[in-house]
Amino acid sequence: MSWTLENYDILAIALGEHVLMVGTALVLSLLIALPLGILTARRPAFYIATMSVTGVLYTVPALALFAFLIPTMGLGIAPAITALVLYSLLILVRNVAIGIREVPAELIEAADGMGYGKARRLLDIELPLALPVIVAGIRITAVTQIAVATVAAYINAGGLGDLIFQGITQDFGEKIVDGAVLTSALAIVADEGLKHVERRLRASAAERL
Amino acid sequence: MPGEIIAWLADNRQAFESAAGRHLLLSATALVAAIAMALPLALALVRWQRLAGVAIASVNVLRTIPSLALLAAMLPLIGTGFLPSVIALTLYGLPAILINSYTALREVDADIIEAGLGQGMTGRQILGRIRIPLSLPVVFAGIRTAAVQIVSAATLAAFIGGGGLGELITAGMGTLNIPQLMLGGLAVAALAVMTEIAFALLERGVRRSVGTTA
Repeated sequence: MSWTLENYDILAIALGEHVLMVGTALVLSLLIALPLGILTARRPAFYIATMSVTGVLYTVPALALFAFLIPTMGLGIAPAITALVLYSLLILVRNVAIGIREVPAELIEAADGMGYGKARRLLDIELPLALPVIVAGIRITAVTQIAVATVAAYINAGGLGDLIFQGITQDFGEKIVDGAVLTSALAIVADEGLKHVERRLRASAAERL
Repeated sequence: MPGEIIAWLADNRQAFESAAGRHLLLSATALVAAIAMALPLALALVRWQRLAGVAIASVNVLRTIPSLALLAAMLPLIGTGFLPSVIALTLYGLPAILINSYTALREVDADIIEAGLGQGMTGRQILGRIRIPLSLPVVFAGIRTAAVQIVSAATLAAFIGGGGLGELITAGMGTLNIPQLMLGGLAVAALAVMTEIAFALLERGVRRSVGTTA
């Protein structure tokens, strides 16, 4: 325990790097997944094609994905974030599309009947009602990315994985345990926090209907 | 690049095959061990409901530990090599199978169980003839998730001397041998995708034979 107590600043920096890496990846993932989910929601063939491609990406092990990115992107934070974004697409795009598709047909018809344009219908009706499902996707994605990001330390992206790799090379169990505990704690906090947001959104969506 | 990868493979065929064999052995052993632990445990939890809350909560915490951390945590406990890798991978695959099996066994339609009781079935018969067969598809879905997770995580066993295809990637990184690195990545990716497809087909077969459409 003594190493941990004396080096809490190192732990805090690693945790900060980890949060920053996952946070950046999550924002970029949403910037790609939102339009893709909206575009594929009502186009079944496009949706299936997107799911197949992102499904394969999701299945590729993290270390392999990094290996593919190294020849073109080298080492560091850029390929790490790219890999995290590629991982996120399956679940995020799927949840955006499902969320939009599950909006009751009567509401869509009512909006059309009231002369809403497609853009206004999307912003005022579809997206707000899809929000709980989208947040559920963000939650699963955040938890996955927090875990995958530990491997990113192998390509010099820093974060909590650094502690784990240092523990392995220095045969220093305490660093491994610190890295593992902080990563799990971060995943649990993200999971519970977003679950809370999701529940509140569902409650307020139910009220509005 | 594809030419260089094939050339590396031709020159190092034996190294590649032994890495792939080791990867399969690691994954298969861990998957069998995870199934062997999860299924009896799920049955026990259905039988003794009071333990279930605690057990599922602990498994949910286990689920948040990244595969890299689980593998690395074996180092100070039991050292490097095949056995610690298998133990870590077993623990990594366990939650998906256990949670699916437990949920499926519990959520068997109460009406069907009622009907079984009405026909004079004993508790054991209800378990063997109703609960287990009806929950098989969901149990299999859990096994499929675990299989893909294990094959994927086995890549990281290279970091604790467990061998496998991950070693091609780490060795390629170490010597900046891009063809070796790429081959390792391609092989691991192909294996994971093939595992997913193979188990999906298997799952479909189980669903058909049980006759559920869900």
